[in-house]
Amino acid sequence: MALDDRKSDFTFVGTRPNRPDGLDKVTGRAKFGADAYAPGMLHGAILRSPHAHARIVKIDASKAEAHKDVKAVVTRADFADVPFKPGLEGEFYNVLENVMAGEKALYDGHAVAAVAATSALAARDALKLIEVEYEVLPHVTDVDKAMAPDAPVIREGAADYSVPEGMHPNVVRYHESGHGDLEAGFAEADLIIEDSFVTEATHQGYIEPHACLAILGNDGKGELWCTTQGHWIAQKTCAALLGIETSQLRVTASEIGGGFGGKTTVFIEPVALALSRKANRPVKLVMTRSEVFRATGPTSSASMDVKIGMKKDGTISAAQGIFRLQGGAFPGAPGDMTAMCAFAPYNLTNVKQIGYDVMANRPKQAAYRAPGAPMGAFAVESVIDELCNKLGLDPVEVRLKNAAHEGTKASYGPTYERIGLVETLEAAKAHPHYSAPLKPGQGRGISCGFWFNHGGETSVSLALSEDGSAQVMVGTPDIGGSRASMALMAAEVLGIPYENIRVTIADTATLGYNDVSHGSRVTYASGLATIKAARHAVEKLCERAAAKWGIPVDAVKWENGCAVPSGPNAGDFDPMPLADITADMGRTGGPISGHFEATPEGAGVSFGTHIVDAEVDPETGKTSVTRYTVIQDAGKAIHPTYVEGQYQGGAAQGIGWALNEEYIYGEDGRLQNSIFLDYRIPVASDLPMIDTVIVEVPNPGHPFGVRGVGETGIVPPLAAIANAVSNAAGVRMKRLPMSPPRILAALKDNG
Amino acid sequence: MVEVHLWSGLRSLTGGQQVVEVEAKTTGELLRALVRAHPQLQAPIDAGVSIAVDGRVIATGLTEPIPEGSEVYLMQRLRGG
Amino acid sequence: MKKFHVTTTVNGDAVEYLCDPRETLLDCLRDKLNLTGAKEGCGTGDCGACSVTVDGRLVCSCLMLGVEAEGKQIETVEGIADGDILHPLQKKMIEYAALQCGICTPGILVAAKSLLEKNPNPTEEETRYWLAGNLCRCTGYDKIIRAVMDTAAEMREAS
Repeated sequence: MALDDRKSDFTFVGTRPNRPDGLDKVTGRAKFGADAYAPGMLHGAILRSPHAHARIVKIDASKAEAHKDVKAVVTRADFADVPFKPGLEGEFYNVLENVMAGEKALYDGHAVAAVAATSALAARDALKLIEVEYEVLPHVTDVDKAMAPDAPVIREGAADYSVPEGMHPNVVRYHESGHGDLEAGFAEADLIIEDSFVTEATHQGYIEPHACLAILGNDGKGELWCTTQGHWIAQKTCAALLGIETSQLRVTASEIGGGFGGKTTVFIEPVALALSRKANRPVKLVMTRSEVFRATGPTSSASMDVKIGMKKDGTISAAQGIFRLQGGAFPGAPGDMTAMCAFAPYNLTNVKQIGYDVMANRPKQAAYRAPGAPMGAFAVESVIDELCNKLGLDPVEVRLKNAAHEGTKASYGPTYERIGLVETLEAAKAHPHYSAPLKPGQGRGISCGFWFNHGGETSVSLALSEDGSAQVMVGTPDIGGSRASMALMAAEVLGIPYENIRVTIADTATLGYNDVSHGSRVTYASGLATIKAARHAVEKLCERAAAKWGIPVDAVKWENGCAVPSGPNAGDFDPMPLADITADMGRTGGPISGHFEATPEGAGVSFGTHIVDAEVDPETGKTSVTRYTVIQDAGKAIHPTYVEGQYQGGAAQGIGWALNEEYIYGEDGRLQNSIFLDYRIPVASDLPMIDTVIVEVPNPGHPFGVRGVGETGIVPPLAAIANAVSNAAGVRMKRLPMSPPRILAALKDNG
Repeated sequence: MVEVHLWSGLRSLTGGQQVVEVEAKTTGELLRALVRAHPQLQAPIDAGVSIAVDGRVIATGLTEPIPEGSEVYLMQRLRGG
Repeated sequence: MKKFHVTTTVNGDAVEYLCDPRETLLDCLRDKLNLTGAKEGCGTGDCGACSVTVDGRLVCSCLMLGVEAEGKQIETVEGIADGDILHPLQKKMIEYAALQCGICTPGILVAAKSLLEKNPNPTEEETRYWLAGNLCRCTGYDKIIRAVMDTAAEMREAS
């Protein structure tokens, strides 16, 4: 359903060619993080705290250092003597604290030392030779308990200006926003529902563990190969942590085996560099799956209270939410984002949202697809569903009635530009899924979702070759097929075939700074930069053609890959194809390239609506998702198949979060399920086909109308599935995941 | 003059004001002017803010123009995954 | 620890390596034979990214020791194409966009090829259960299942 009336103007954009990295990926040739080797390479391994919270009294590595296979041992003392502000506000300081523990181990799995040895087995064996003396401290892993007055203090002085007086020191950030008069709004309501909801922490679950190959000499020059969503941030952070100059460290991004937000920071990379510097040899460091679970980016867990008032006709008269997010032993849980996104789909006169960022003895939370938004949507959309049930109203009609549109004052403040929520809801209402009959035991759930999207710092360079082909260098690692999308956009501007364009992810030494592949920004920002770089090259092509024809440059325009004379005095010349201009470009002024560097600020927010059917087995408590439809605004789908892929992937991850996935901590504060057998992500036999509808309401901030699509797709599923399950089971599910034991318990409580 | 709408959590730093009037032609000038008017706003600005101008969210840029009569909202810095 | 000499066949080529008895077949393929197509996603046999066949049987190479490969016939993702001619499964995976990051793709291909050799006409349910040992975090499996089913249909027509 293309609502973009410009669609017909495009030649390449909107087509579905094969991806350029396809062949390498189906033949096993593609090189991922762990696929790099270097002559003389050592293997690293990291010793991790078995305690959730402990003072590190002493580390004795003498036995390990004395072993013949061991070439280096590092601890916190081997990192830069923090030239940056040693305080909990400093992001570098927090990353360093997370990468290698300082005075205290703050969570089960926190790195305390590392070795480099002649083989992976020797490195693993050498860890056993390092003796660490711990003074075990009281710990807390639950968000509500971490806020209680008697909770152990994880780190003093981590709270910033925003935290109201009298709160526990584990509460480190506070957000409050909204507008209108809540009291008056609730007074107008015919029905008010207030309820509490809990979601557990989940992991991004990328199949490729963190891996890198590092070389750092004592001259301060280094090379780093790693799997990352952003190699410039890796460069900047590693350089800071090791006390070297940023430009002296060249970082190359490998093919990335999934990230979803979890590879937007560094974990092992600074450790490998420190080991390499000490051993003066290349060091490869690869995490085990258990290390990935214990020490890298889970999401926040959340505890939430939502209160919504509704009139009999479905109008929401007031809404209030309190969102408490636990983000590990560091500031950064996105309680503010949860709060700002929670009510964003709706046109509300009276709304207030409060977000807390709370520390606990868990790994530092990392971004995961629309970080913070899915939890809030779960709580809010569950209450709306319950209100619809109690008032006998259709859930899509109620959402349409309250839907935000252009000109609506957003729950987080400003007035919306052109947005596509209403279009997704209309598409949901018209979709055959919504009117399909349900079987006994099945329930249907609906949810909307919102995400901001992001622009970010971006550099793109495009160079033409003599034969008329083009190479595009972008700096955003390709996590979803973006090389294909960039090539399509460049083809559109240059007017040469998709196949004649090669897109490469440049390393940090060959292109200017690029922000991380996050915030659904790549097709938007790198795409915008690719279009502008191509236009820059086209300007030069037109100049060369004008010179050849001896006419002014403003009498030349670019059409279908050719310079053509334009205007009354241009003269009569045959169109000059791109390859005719590039053939002798070296002698007509030199190589022709196009560049673009900027921080585009027009990402455009995005909305989606999901429809889910679920069946609950009352005997076992097991839920089957029987039908799933994703409807989302893409602005403009550059490569529609890859847009569908983002929608389907987001939905599948949401299904896992809703039904199965959770971090389970024991009384001892240790993670109980740090392998894929126990932390079960959806497998092929768990899922149905996932239908998609691409709505296109162009983003005014992008030349082709693109809105990011990567993240919004994980916002509605938690709520949509919870609504389907609740409607199937006849009992409101307020805690995720809705694993079979929880569903059985809820059924039992309900009699 | 530009009317800058703050998020309500900032009222404790501005003596209860949620709308602050400042003179500014760009986003960067706006942040400086806010701090001049209410020095305690330095902390949230250092922690990271975005600015919505007529509904368009400026995530980080300091040079974006603020046309006369625009609707301006200060927002917490957006983060993505 | 003393190393063992292993002689085996990988993708039709006779190969030899020395390995520590604790090293897995996956370690040996990757670190000794430079066949890095098989990936280690978990090391516990849960994700299937390291799938290979050993004497025609689908296994997780992270669960088998390198020394156990002695005298066996091993097939990896690198052996699926016939020279520059891709296997129909490889073509369909690209055509259907049945991969995003591509880390699970080698394992999916080895497992799907093994399925079609045993069952040239699998139902959607059979395909989903056969591939249930291969985790993919990007795609939601939709396009993978479609690619495998369509390959099966095309191969049935061709034969």
